[in-house]
Amino acid sequence: MIRISLLVSGLWALSGCGLDMGLFSPAGPVAEAQRMHLWIVCALMLLVVIPIFVTIPFLLWRYRYRDGKNHASYRPDWEASWRWEVMLWSGPLVVTAALGWFLWTYTKALDPYRPLSEAPLQVQVVSYDWKWLFIYPDLGVASVDRLVLPAGQAVTLSLTSRTVMQSMLIPELAGQIYLMNGMTTHLNLSADHPGQWTGRNTQYNGDGFHRQTFRAEAMAPSDFARWAETAANAPPLDQPALAALEERGRDPDLPDTFGQVPPHLFHDLAGTATHAHHGGGQ
Amino acid sequence: MSDILLGRLDASALPWHELAIAKTGLEVISGIVGLTAALLAVLGALLVAAALTWWRLWGPLWRDWLTSLDHKKIGIMYVVLAFVMLARAVSEAGVMRLQQALGLGGGGIVTPDHFGQLFSTHGTIMIFFVAMPFITGLINYVMPLQIGARDVSFPLLNSVSLGLTAAGAALMMVSLVLQPFSTGGWSGYPPFTEAAFNPGAGPDYWIWAVTLSSLGSTLTGINFTVTLYKERCEGMHLMRMPMFCWTSLCTAILMIFAMPPLTVATGLLALDRYLGFHIFTNDGGGNMMMFANLFWLFGHPEVYILILPAFGVWNEVFSTFSGKGLFGYRALVMATMCIAILSFTVWVHHFFTMGQSADLNAIFGIATMAIGIPTGVKIYDWMLTMYKGRVRISVPMVYGIGFLFLFVLGGTTGVILANPSIDYQVHNTLFLVAHFHNMVIPGTLFGMIAGYTLWFPKAFGFRLNDRWGYRAAGLWIAGFLLAFFPLYILGLMGMPRRMVAYFEGAWLPWTLIALTGGALIGLALLCLAVQLTVSLRDRAALAVPVGDPWDGRSLEWALPAPVPAWNFPVLPVVEGRDSFMELKKNGDHLDRPRDGFADILLPRPSMVGPVIGAAGLVAGFALTWHIWWLTVLTLAVIVGAMVARGFVRDTEYTVPAAEVEARWNAWRALADASPRIRRRDEQRPANRGHAFPAAQEGEA
Ligand code: HEM
Ligand SMILES: [Cu+2]
Repeated sequence: MIRISLLVSGLWALSGCGLDMGLFSPAGPVAEAQRMHLWIVCALMLLVVIPIFVTIPFLLWRYRYRDGKNHASYRPDWEASWRWEVMLWSGPLVVTAALGWFLWTYTKALDPYRPLSEAPLQVQVVSYDWKWLFIYPDLGVASVDRLVLPAGQAVTLSLTSRTVMQSMLIPELAGQIYLMNGMTTHLNLSADHPGQWTGRNTQYNGDGFHRQTFRAEAMAPSDFARWAETAANAPPLDQPALAALEERGRDPDLPDTFGQVPPHLFHDLAGTATHAHHGGGQ
Repeated sequence: MSDILLGRLDASALPWHELAIAKTGLEVISGIVGLTAALLAVLGALLVAAALTWWRLWGPLWRDWLTSLDHKKIGIMYVVLAFVMLARAVSEAGVMRLQQALGLGGGGIVTPDHFGQLFSTHGTIMIFFVAMPFITGLINYVMPLQIGARDVSFPLLNSVSLGLTAAGAALMMVSLVLQPFSTGGWSGYPPFTEAAFNPGAGPDYWIWAVTLSSLGSTLTGINFTVTLYKERCEGMHLMRMPMFCWTSLCTAILMIFAMPPLTVATGLLALDRYLGFHIFTNDGGGNMMMFANLFWLFGHPEVYILILPAFGVWNEVFSTFSGKGLFGYRALVMATMCIAILSFTVWVHHFFTMGQSADLNAIFGIATMAIGIPTGVKIYDWMLTMYKGRVRISVPMVYGIGFLFLFVLGGTTGVILANPSIDYQVHNTLFLVAHFHNMVIPGTLFGMIAGYTLWFPKAFGFRLNDRWGYRAAGLWIAGFLLAFFPLYILGLMGMPRRMVAYFEGAWLPWTLIALTGGALIGLALLCLAVQLTVSLRDRAALAVPVGDPWDGRSLEWALPAPVPAWNFPVLPVVEGRDSFMELKKNGDHLDRPRDGFADILLPRPSMVGPVIGAAGLVAGFALTWHIWWLTVLTLAVIVGAMVARGFVRDTEYTVPAAEVEARWNAWRALADASPRIRRRDEQRPANRGHAFPAAQEGEA
């Protein structure tokens, strides 16, 4: 049944092209800026691509070999020209300089380690095979495969992996960052409005890889507060629960929300994690 | 667990194991797919063996080919290896395309584990056992002829390199029958490939196949570099070398510096897996980021190793078929050198998302984009080569035009990926997969097929059928467009790479389009096979024995087709670039040597190369399955073969001057009897390889 409905939705998408996901429909300032940067690069590159695409067919037609009937001029020994040479090198140089300027500004502005506001909400992400644990250290709650966010508020994610390397991507909100065992990386994002998006692991990690998705859910701040209150009453994230998380796959009996999360849990799970601003190298 | 005799090899490695333990329908189908592949491999090997026995070809194969130290034969064997492996890797790509088209909702034809093996073998084979052997083969065949040399500097080393590469390829084929292969992708990132997460044989197959190949390529790099420095004929200054030789030189230098980091990376990973080291492990102070750095310190230069020789082919194609000298020779040499050097300064762009500072990312991003400048110059130079030329749309030119358009688009998406802020979004997605296929297929693969079409007559004495050539080229281009442009969209929609199945209906249409593209590419490959068969059948009509079917410009076209074992009757003396073209314009061919003919010394065949190759294959296999006695034994064979070679005194044989002279006279008589044809007859039986220079057509 599910497969049939998926198939129908796929065929429907065929008619409408379904280009309303991923980077095509950003829902936060980071993804928005990333898409903007993409369009700028595309526009600049079109300045290079279009002349080439127009000129090649022209050359092929104008200078085609026609036995004995050639009208176009033919200069088999014309092999060098300083004037052309200067133009050939300076054109790409100018375009690359422009691209490089945008690259520099956008890369600095969109540094995933740069918080989007003074006091962002802290969320800690731990990846397992093939699931995600999201810890809210200031609220003392945690959830599995569901990242709940207050819409309009800046969020700082701190990430680590309890298994092999993974990479977390919610294309509508922000780009991806690697999660590595014994190390902590960071990612800052925010959602403009309430909504739901799919987050994924993009770094292959075995059989369950393609199912390792999570739901990123932005809610109105009041709804978020209510969610946190309810979550606080959920079962504790104790040793047995942690042990179950370490198992491959998803134990169906495992709750998806936890209350009473020990305050230093993430630091313990991340091992030698430090607070260094940069350097997954720690 | 571990058996003294067989190590950890047991019944679970047999190709029907997956089928035997299958529980669900999907597992059954997946098992059948795997078993079929294994049977095809075994059947193919048996058929070849039967044919060799039936036509009593084992002896000639051993004497004239496998043990030969002739750079031309070694080159041809490399290319044959590349085509065989291409057939397998494209078939695997077809299965993956089908799987992703059917994978909506979790179905399809292969299990996740099987899919993991498919992308790992496909990627590993395509890079190390298709693209690398193809470029090595082409350079081997063409470069010594273009610089007026008798052979490469170290013919035996050349044969050893081929042996090691073939051993790696054979290990990949063995892994199809005694399974499983790694699921860690072509890049084999730990800790996923560490014993803690993947204790089985898979990652070990990958380690040893890649190690064998990287050793072979390092030796090849040394050999080519020394050859280009030391074996150039009189008058062949560096700045007179054909562009293909320049790109070969840069490639060879890149091989010397880029392959060792890979050997070190796989070697260290082997230490972790075999001896319990903690270099890239999660625990014990290991750090997988070191692997990423080492791997891409190899990996990025590697993509230029793959593309530069293809650029070399494009230089020859555009100038030959435009009937015009290459525009901007000096600039192209400069650009090639720039690319070679810059290629070592950009490796971090493969992991912008590893958490380093924005400054570092920005610097590496800008360095990456800087490579676009010399590459752009090359594109413009090729366009200016056609400008004021007389362009003939031959089969290599069709690939060339496809290349120009598609490569510019691939370069554009490369520039997009070079921006860290955008890369955060599309890294590890199908956008990336589309980008690198956009470079390696129109760039490297089209270049190699164009080179194969261009130099095939030189190697075998007859041209390839044009009609099937055009069909193949058209299908390659159309198939590529359909198979890979949808992946750009999918990547921007957020679809990760290496996905066996998915649950987003919106992705389906694009995977279906990609599937049709894959089918067209399959047909293109079929056309190439038909082309070869048809050309073999019609070889009399397609023969070009005089040796210059395309009105070529460099020295190799001055020789008969096929080229005699000694290449040049006496080593030539050149006085400028495009030396053969200058000769043709004034008179005719390389003339009768003024001081007469002399005896020629050539390297004797040697079994050291094939022996080291075979022992390397068995050693890789024994290491993979922990069969220690066999490992020791085969390593002893390798060392023994090297020592034994030291005692061989009689390493050369003499071709008497009389034989050289007789061959030369016969060829010259044939040339004089064959009319010089104009370019309009290029694709007709009238073309016997005796060209009238296109540049003079107007005057005659
Ligand atoms: C001829 C047509 C080809 C087709 C249809 C094809 C198709 C594919 C597909 C479907 C994948 C898996 C994508 C995924 O991760 O979801 C893939 C991966 C890959 N392909 Fe190809 N490919 C082709 C040619 C080539 C060539 C010529 C090369 C290199 C010279 C190449 C190198 C690779 C590599 C390195 C990977 C990545 C493997 C990994 O994930 O580790 N492919 N290809
Ligand atoms: Cu790179």
